[in-house]
Amino acid sequence: MEERKDDNISAMGTVAIGEAGKTGDWRSLRPVIDRKKCIPTVKNKPACFLCWLYCPEGVVKAGIEVEIDLEYCKGCGICAEECPPRAISMIREDKSHE
Amino acid sequence: MPENLFKLNAKEYILPGTRACQGCGLSLGYRYALKALRENTIVTLPACCLCVLHGIYPSTPVMIPCLNNSFASTAASAAGIVAGLQALNKTDTTVMAVAGDGGTFDMGIQALSGAAERGTDFIYLCYDNEGYMNTGTQRSSATPMGAVTTTTPILTKQQHKKDFIKIMDAHDLPYLATVSPSYPIDLYEKFVKAKKIKGTRYIHMYVPCPPGWGFATKDTIKTGKLAVETGVVVLFEIENGKFRFTGRSKTLAERGNRLPVINYLEKQGRFRKMNIEQLNQQQAWVDGKWQEYIRRAEA
Repeated sequence: MEERKDDNISAMGTVAIGEAGKTGDWRSLRPVIDRKKCIPTVKNKPACFLCWLYCPEGVVKAGIEVEIDLEYCKGCGICAEECPPRAISMIREDKSHE
Repeated sequence: MPENLFKLNAKEYILPGTRACQGCGLSLGYRYALKALRENTIVTLPACCLCVLHGIYPSTPVMIPCLNNSFASTAASAAGIVAGLQALNKTDTTVMAVAGDGGTFDMGIQALSGAAERGTDFIYLCYDNEGYMNTGTQRSSATPMGAVTTTTPILTKQQHKKDFIKIMDAHDLPYLATVSPSYPIDLYEKFVKAKKIKGTRYIHMYVPCPPGWGFATKDTIKTGKLAVETGVVVLFEIENGKFRFTGRSKTLAERGNRLPVINYLEKQGRFRKMNIEQLNQQQAWVDGKWQEYIRRAEA
């Protein structure tokens, strides 16, 4: 860690990604997106994005191809529950998965 | 709704990999609160669930400066920050104090009441998960009647929830609002509005808590929505004494198609020991509060 200039501040945290480690390993169910049903992909324009809106972690990337950062997704399943066309399904994390 | 969605600030202020539970209503609500307040903000908070989200020294996932303080002094520390900023002539910085229901209803009330009386220029956000969830689901004065907690394990809680919003309303604040993370756009708009107003602004956020309330993590949004649909949670804002329903509650008030509270209670494990008498009392209590709000809106 770099040297601090202000020596009055003794305990100041630095911003870091993955403060609690790779939270993806908390997950027992993994979200899988069906591109044939996902509204932005089907319409080929920015639309819907309710998974992005409701994700408590902010790990959903809103784009034409919606992407979920599985390194940090905790697997709560809110996106699958709130998806209007039911394009996201929660699949059991297999121990042998790569 | 999709059009409004694109107006939201796209920048995220919380990096992924926080210590919050799966499906946490607070991380969702806080995410949008920070999006609305943007960079020029200082947060002060006591030991609570949010303090857990803010992480352990030497790292934090939140990109907004934050000060940790003791339980009873959340609003007092905010008043200190505001005074310090004024001395430095930095009046455009927003100061937000955030505390849970225990830190607001029980321990933080005197400091908050003092700061509100002095008209300190800050936003106070109370996130109400109806108990001391961080320490293991103990009863607080915000816990609703009939809920099982670790300190009311057999008989369930016998008293009604404290109407804290009424206490804050009695301080004649320039802005008071209730929000729910199940309606993020409503939440966002209220924070944007609160940012522009001077004086003490109080925002009450109802956050569904999957481990504490006993429901599946995927149902956080559904539970928050049901709370609004049944009238247990009412979305409104009071601006200089003028009451206004907002969002879904506005539609419910116009149409009068509120659901019975049983729809909300039966989905949660914490109400499993509730008897029919308590259920009727709860319904009557919710109806009474709803009528009060309707009268306020008509006046």
